Amino acid sequence: MTDGTENGTSRGSALRDRLSDFVSQLAAAGALIVVFVFLSFASPDFLTADNLFNIGSQTAVVAVIAVGMTLVIITAGIDLSVGSVAALAGVMGALLMSSFGLSMPFAVLGGTLVGAACGLTNGFLVSVAGLNPFIATLGMLSVARGVVYIATDAQSVFGLPDSFRLLGQGVVAGGIPIPVVIIITVAIVGYVVLSRTKLGRYAYAMGSNLEAARLSGIPIRRYLTSVYVISGALAGFGGMIAASRVASGQPNYGIGLELDVIAAAVIGGASLFGGQGTVVGTLIGAFLIALIRNGAVLLNVNTFYQQVIIGVIIWVAVFWDQYRRRKLASASE
Amino acid sequence: MSSPETEAGTREPVLRLRGVSKEFPGVLAVDGVDLEILPGEVHVVAGENGAGKSTLMKLLSQVERPSRGTVEISGEPVEYHGPGHAQHLGVAMVYQEFALAPDLSVAENLYLGREPGRFGFVNRAKEMEEAGGLLRRVGLEVGPTRLVAGLTVAEMQRVEIAKALAIDAKVVIMDEPTATLAEREIEDLFGVIKALTDDGIAILYISHRLDEIFRIADRVTVMRDGAIVDTLPVSELDEDKLVRLMVGREISNLYPKPEVEIGDVLLRVSGITRGTKLKNCSFEVRAGEILGFAGLVGAGRTELARAVFGADKVEGGSVELEGRKLKIKRPQDAIESGVGYLTEDRKGEGLALQLGVDQNITLANLPMTKGLINLKEEQRIARQYRDQLNIRTPSVRRRVQVLSGGNQQKVVVARWLETNAKVLFFDEPARGIDVGAKAEMFGLIGDLAEEGRGIVVISSYLPELLNMCDRILVMREGEVAGVIEREEFSEERVIALATGTEETA
Repeated sequence: MTDGTENGTSRGSALRDRLSDFVSQLAAAGALIVVFVFLSFASPDFLTADNLFNIGSQTAVVAVIAVGMTLVIITAGIDLSVGSVAALAGVMGALLMSSFGLSMPFAVLGGTLVGAACGLTNGFLVSVAGLNPFIATLGMLSVARGVVYIATDAQSVFGLPDSFRLLGQGVVAGGIPIPVVIIITVAIVGYVVLSRTKLGRYAYAMGSNLEAARLSGIPIRRYLTSVYVISGALAGFGGMIAASRVASGQPNYGIGLELDVIAAAVIGGASLFGGQGTVVGTLIGAFLIALIRNGAVLLNVNTFYQQVIIGVIIWVAVFWDQYRRRKLASASE
Repeated sequence: MSSPETEAGTREPVLRLRGVSKEFPGVLAVDGVDLEILPGEVHVVAGENGAGKSTLMKLLSQVERPSRGTVEISGEPVEYHGPGHAQHLGVAMVYQEFALAPDLSVAENLYLGREPGRFGFVNRAKEMEEAGGLLRRVGLEVGPTRLVAGLTVAEMQRVEIAKALAIDAKVVIMDEPTATLAEREIEDLFGVIKALTDDGIAILYISHRLDEIFRIADRVTVMRDGAIVDTLPVSELDEDKLVRLMVGREISNLYPKPEVEIGDVLLRVSGITRGTKLKNCSFEVRAGEILGFAGLVGAGRTELARAVFGADKVEGGSVELEGRKLKIKRPQDAIESGVGYLTEDRKGEGLALQLGVDQNITLANLPMTKGLINLKEEQRIARQYRDQLNIRTPSVRRRVQVLSGGNQQKVVVARWLETNAKVLFFDEPARGIDVGAKAEMFGLIGDLAEEGRGIVVISSYLPELLNMCDRILVMREGEVAGVIEREEFSEERVIALATGTEETA
């Protein structure tokens, strides 16, 4: 039992607490900086506006979906269906334009809503039917992919209006890619939701101790369902960005995408046991993965090595997380 | 259960520590301990949380390696070789959380890692036969083929003890073995312990519960701050002396009950029914009153509190607060009406351990401004309760995980005060917290009553209820067996009602 409640020290230790919250991210941030500096020296093509914007655009899909995934992981859940849902949303959004003649903004909204509907199903299965999130979303992974193939007969959807390219390929304000603007926007909204809204706070509380949250009067079902709806909606929106980048709806899009998304969140300090995770950390994770991919291409490294490197980074990140946990647990005895 | 020949020195100690210390980075958890355990004795190690009891047990069972000093078993100094070696030498540990494989049978668990047989084959016939014998010795009437998953907690504990017998243990260490047992099961356990000590097995018994210590101990070793304060035969101790040794200072009044003017009925509960757990339960709580819930474990005390709070679904009954009928279907309904419930299991059901003190305090009533959490206001609220309830934490942003049990409990209290609860249910508020923190907690409960709130205290430790409460409601098998007024309080009456040996209205 420590006795140090004096006001003089509380400010200093509050700062220390805040710092220790960031330590896990610092590890990922440190790795990000190291890779960034290394690539700047190793390849003349790396530190160019074109290449950096290119990385930003490529990362948008993973980053946007990973913000939703972070929210889910904080509740001690997981959403394995995001890849399939992104494909379903992309294809459905594309069909809205090509077959129903909807304009681009409505089609993007439509795709996002398709994702949200998948998320609602996931949320219902988890919070009302009581399925394990892994199982519920594994089912959705299969169902959504199946529906994509049924709807398209496994054929790509072409014939989209040129305006649709804007979402994934456009630029604003003298060359900043729209996908980068989207990342920043989603990140800011995500940050505010996590740190300043009931939904965010309850997500941490539910992930830390579901029963304590329930007995504190938190409507568990509503909030848990909302979390999966948000993840689904962001997966749908991400799917629209991806479709825009290739100007078509691709039924095969996003197979294995969930792994990159989960990796980004986990590298960024989100804990699969729940109660932990931040938007900033997740973005760092997403960009770390993107930089490694980009660097491998620039340096002509066999692409298979990327997979190995990313896997090792996941190990290190999770080991670090558990090491901190153990230290904290032993400090509490 | 004191045997006549407990005088030290007449028998060779089965276990002896000489100058044993254990250092963790920055902490001297066990400090130069000398201890002798004699065959056939029940040796209780008592002390507050953090006194070093658990670390001492880990040193004895060789889960941890001593930093200094020697451990002797049967007069032979032992080298540290890990827990397997300690078992081999006859020191077995019965953990609070049992180390059993639920999907294996009782017999398979008893011989896990030491299966009889050859060439990798298990001699099942032999395993069953020997298991049967061990189970009889610990008074367990279940077949050796039963799966552990289907056993009660008390039965699992017996399997753990049987495991100790299976390795011919000379010393069995039990870490708060009664924490999860019902009263009748505790009796049975003490019977088994008696039988084991009659066979010459020494029991090293860690406990918080004063009543138990006096029921079972031959000798008591009190630890404080990692060191042994004293080792005494139980006959030379009384409750006051034991508390003084544990806490290191005089606790003038463990149960500071204020004089409170008792007001009108705040909460009226009628006819609560839930399956076989609760049968037509009714009671009232008045403003400023402390009502106790007594009864055996499983009598329905926690269930009744949870039912009123909306944590479990009920089939019938009604709840009125200040004359207004409440519709409580979920905890949030109860909270909005002004009813709070502090769970028995703080870590499992009460606290979000990874969140900060501040976030735990505001969890049930977040300060919102324009749809966003007002972080400044949240800090202010947290600091206010930190000062008001004397929550000892270096910062209100610190995770509750690192706080002591007593301070964690105060965080939960703060949460309910922040909801402006008019009626508060405390389920075992003193369980697992230090003696000093207990006095503080009861003082706090008294203060809350003084403010005109209605308080319900659930406790399995009768002195708490007899000292703190204005009335005690006794439950038996899901029914309200009776309510006793303070003038008529006696331990005998409560027990008589709880066990059904007396019928009263």
